[in-house]
Amino acid sequence: MVRSEAVADLGDAGRRIAGLTCAEVTDLLPAAVDGGVDRRRLDRRLGRHVEQCLRCQAELAGYRRVLRALHELRTEVLLPPPGAVAGCLAALAGAGERRAGAALLSGHRTAYLGGLALAATAAGAGAALVVVSRRRRAG
Amino acid sequence: MPHQPQGDALTDPADDELVARARAGDRHAFEALVAATYADAFTLATRLMGNEEDAADVVQDAYLRAYRAIGRFRGDARFTTWLYRIVANCAATSLGRRGRHRHEQLDEALLVVDDHADRDPERKASDAVDRVRVQAALAAMPEKLRVVVVLRDVYDLTHEVIAAELGITETAAKVRLHRARKKLRARLYPMRGDAEGEDQVGPDEDVRGAV
Repeated sequence: MVRSEAVADLGDAGRRIAGLTCAEVTDLLPAAVDGGVDRRRLDRRLGRHVEQCLRCQAELAGYRRVLRALHELRTEVLLPPPGAVAGCLAALAGAGERRAGAALLSGHRTAYLGGLALAATAAGAGAALVVVSRRRRAG
Repeated sequence: MPHQPQGDALTDPADDELVARARAGDRHAFEALVAATYADAFTLATRLMGNEEDAADVVQDAYLRAYRAIGRFRGDARFTTWLYRIVANCAATSLGRRGRHRHEQLDEALLVVDDHADRDPERKASDAVDRVRVQAALAAMPEKLRVVVVLRDVYDLTHEVIAAELGITETAAKVRLHRARKKLRARLYPMRGDAEGEDQVGPDEDVRGAV
């Protein structure tokens, strides 16, 4: 009974399944997708509703895919434009010198910045984007 | 419940030894930290700002602030997490300055995606497609919503931290996350009946369709 009724309910947001209307469930799904709905009884009703309602199942699946894609973004690193790192280091050096006086470190720093700038340029020639396969913890 | 990425298995580009030396005032160590973490900070800033030019400015700001504050960084959090908070804060400041009316162009670079090698090809391909689409959807999203969903769902910062860095209440952070997820879902996996919900989303909605 449950399943055929659920199919018939597709698109009928006012109909109650497991004590919740699809409209109510729809509003809970963005938080429910990663366990953000924490009142136990509601969780159970929500679970029962989704189990029996194809419409809300499909919507929850959409949220899951969105969340998974967002998690996946975390494993990507965009490669900064050439010179960005060196520019940032130069700005830092400027700020440091204003504070601490120019005498300290200046000889060293020039050599160091040069090396970094070279490295950044060499890396920049490769691609607009590097993806590193860092592992996220499962789940 | 999600926590700070304390035990996160992501490798941390900031080496403990360097962090310790930088905290003790070693300028070279801090510069090496910048070099080691720049790409990560830049990636976060680009996702928050929606383009690379603004991102570079935000990152520079963030490192200047980190440099001044490194003495106050305590070893109980990861350096990158601490840095990300500063980047988020600088991005929020910059977005506030930039004003509400400018809509960002979708940055081409964000759409160039390579992929992991360790997945079955079908899942891999579908994930890659999802990610390209999700990046486009993020870039087209009102920035107030985008910033929260990036910090929470991509970078796994807590609502408490997000609220603190953006200068909003935790409730506001949660409401924005809710709206952001709804918009992403409706845009990427539309369903019948979405239209009415979308109408409530407010004045930033004209950004939609920019892609």
